[in-house]
Amino acid sequence: MKIVACIKRVPSTEATAKLSPDGRGVDTANLAYMTSFYDEIAVEQAVLTKEASGGEVTVLTIGPAEASKEVRECIAKGADAGIIMTDPEWGSRDNLSTAKVLAAKLGELDAELCFMGRVATDRDSASVGPMVATLLGWSCVTDVVALSLEDGTAQRETEQGLETISFSLPAVITCDKGLNEPRYAGLKGIMAAKKKPLEEVAFEEVPSQISTASLALPAERSEGRIVGEGPDAVPALMEALRNEAQAL
Amino acid sequence: MTTAIVFVEHSDNAPRRASLECLGAATSLTDSVVAVLSGAGAEEAAKALGAHGAGRAICLPGSDPFSPDGLARDVAAVVGEQGGGIFLAAATSRGRDLSPRVAALLDSALFSDCTALVRAGESLRATRPWLAGKVIATLESSGPVFCATTRLNAFNAAETGGTIEVSTGNSGGDFRELVKELSAKSGGQLDVKEAPVVISGGRGMKDADGFKILDELAAAFGNAAVGASRAAVDAGWRSHAEQVGQTGKVVSPQLYIAVGISGAIQHLAGMKTSTTIVAINKDADAPIFKLADYGIVGDVFEVVPALTAAVATLRAEG
Ligand SMILES: Cc1cc2nc3c(=O)[nH]c(=O)nc-3n(C[C@H](O)[C@H](O)[C@H](O)COP(=O)(O)OP(=O)(O)OC[C@H]3O[C@@H](n4cnc5c(N)ncnc54)[C@H](O)[C@@H]3O)c2cc1C
Ligand SMILES: Nc1ncnc2c1ncn2[C@@H]1O[C@H](COP(=O)(O)O)[C@@H](O)[C@H]1O
Repeated sequence: MKIVACIKRVPSTEATAKLSPDGRGVDTANLAYMTSFYDEIAVEQAVLTKEASGGEVTVLTIGPAEASKEVRECIAKGADAGIIMTDPEWGSRDNLSTAKVLAAKLGELDAELCFMGRVATDRDSASVGPMVATLLGWSCVTDVVALSLEDGTAQRETEQGLETISFSLPAVITCDKGLNEPRYAGLKGIMAAKKKPLEEVAFEEVPSQISTASLALPAERSEGRIVGEGPDAVPALMEALRNEAQAL
Repeated sequence: MTTAIVFVEHSDNAPRRASLECLGAATSLTDSVVAVLSGAGAEEAAKALGAHGAGRAICLPGSDPFSPDGLARDVAAVVGEQGGGIFLAAATSRGRDLSPRVAALLDSALFSDCTALVRAGESLRATRPWLAGKVIATLESSGPVFCATTRLNAFNAAETGGTIEVSTGNSGGDFRELVKELSAKSGGQLDVKEAPVVISGGRGMKDADGFKILDELAAAFGNAAVGASRAAVDAGWRSHAEQVGQTGKVVSPQLYIAVGISGAIQHLAGMKTSTTIVAINKDADAPIFKLADYGIVGDVFEVVPALTAAVATLRAEG
């Protein structure tokens, strides 16, 4: 079985964001990057699936050439190959355009199962997985915390409780925390990854629909105060919450 | 005027609050709002929507068991039939699963988890957080349908007091996914994204048992949910569904109480837009105090029970 894990290079969660001097973009000058948190869970699930039932795992990203660092790290955890769809527009590509480009590639690769993150932690869009599945006419289960390919079922977390969904292949599964514990790449994996194929490919442009009207940093909160120490401070807190903040 | 199609969720024959907020967002963009509902109880729930901005409601029979991909095709078909220029849903689990599928069927990009939607001359604009709120982006789309999900607690429900015309729509077959089972949460617990009051605990709660005092405080409030920092979730004390932060849930309640949480940047990203923030921590230098409106320096196991008693007394007085 051809298994694909889609990953995205995103700013580190440690990063504090600044705007570029013209205010039209995020200042990327000193930004550190990482593989989006949930995409690590997607890669792990792809490798676990291969280990259990065979197949071949390809790590796929649309991004800058620099994403070879993240893709290599993912390959080192047990994938077989990596593909970077080199994209000068990667900072502004919207979810539908991303989904169209990925869907076309999944078709080309003859993939049957695609793992993605629940959400990429840069634009927090949580859309690309279900969009790809819809464009391809595949099944999709989102926010998955438990998966059994044998039974063709997946569980997802909802506000009302745990939902069990039956689905058929081909499918896109978007991975949530709890599905697995991503492994660390060992030295052996890192060495092996250097010999595995990592292609940079071009693709046919699909224009984005979304454009930025303006960007802003969130308003700073006005400074608060310590109302006191220990349980004796509770009446002062209650007073402030009732009369000042009108929060009770 | 552009017609907005709003997907409305319901439970116990009544619309969910998140969906009423979403209808409120729609009424600020257009006067022509059509609600679309699905499944058993839809007709009953639809009757209540006239008072909240919808002029029409279309009830889809849906499938039994429920199919996520089937619903998406039915809803996209309604948007097409109605000539809708706007499609909105609340950013709930269902709405976040449904909306990207509908958007893809409509060949439109999607604005997820918006905090504001406005009309700017001829065009519509969506404001939404990037990087878990570290940047606030205002965006436009040149796509055929303006598709967006609305963040919970970010919009007000509209109280319009109008009447509503309810009709039945069509549901197709041929499903790829079916919901087999829902194991409901115990005791109607509130989700951290929906609750007006969120009380989160961190490593300072010491162990899973330590969270009992937070469950008790939440019970005293009556409208509160208990959240957790990643440290508490990774330790196995609470479930990931309750994690607040950049890789958990982003919450924006009226009152957020951080208990035994240091205030790491990833945690702050998930709660800093809360209206009022309270922190309880034994370390006066904890970064959380920089963000909090009110802080108490002290041991959580001494402060929280006292706070629970005070809240209970206030509630009893009415
Ligand atoms: C990729 C990535 C994603 C992340 N995502 C998230 C996320 O979504 N959410 C999140 O929360 N974190 C996230 N983190 C983790 C984050 O960096 C912190 O490690 C975490 O938030 C710390 O949790 P904490 O505040 O509970 O624990 P600590 O930082 O250990 O703080 C515990 C606090 O409790 C206080 N305390 C201890 N005992 C008591 C007592 N008896 N009474 C009063 N106070 C007491 C201490 O003074 C301290 O301030 C992420 C990290 C990474 C790398
Ligand atoms: N540029 C990209 N390249 C590869 N995969 C992506 C890209 N953007 C999004 N994805 C996948 O889609 C998931 C959800 O992303 P998003 O819809 O942007 O939140 C991510 O976790 C990735 O698995």
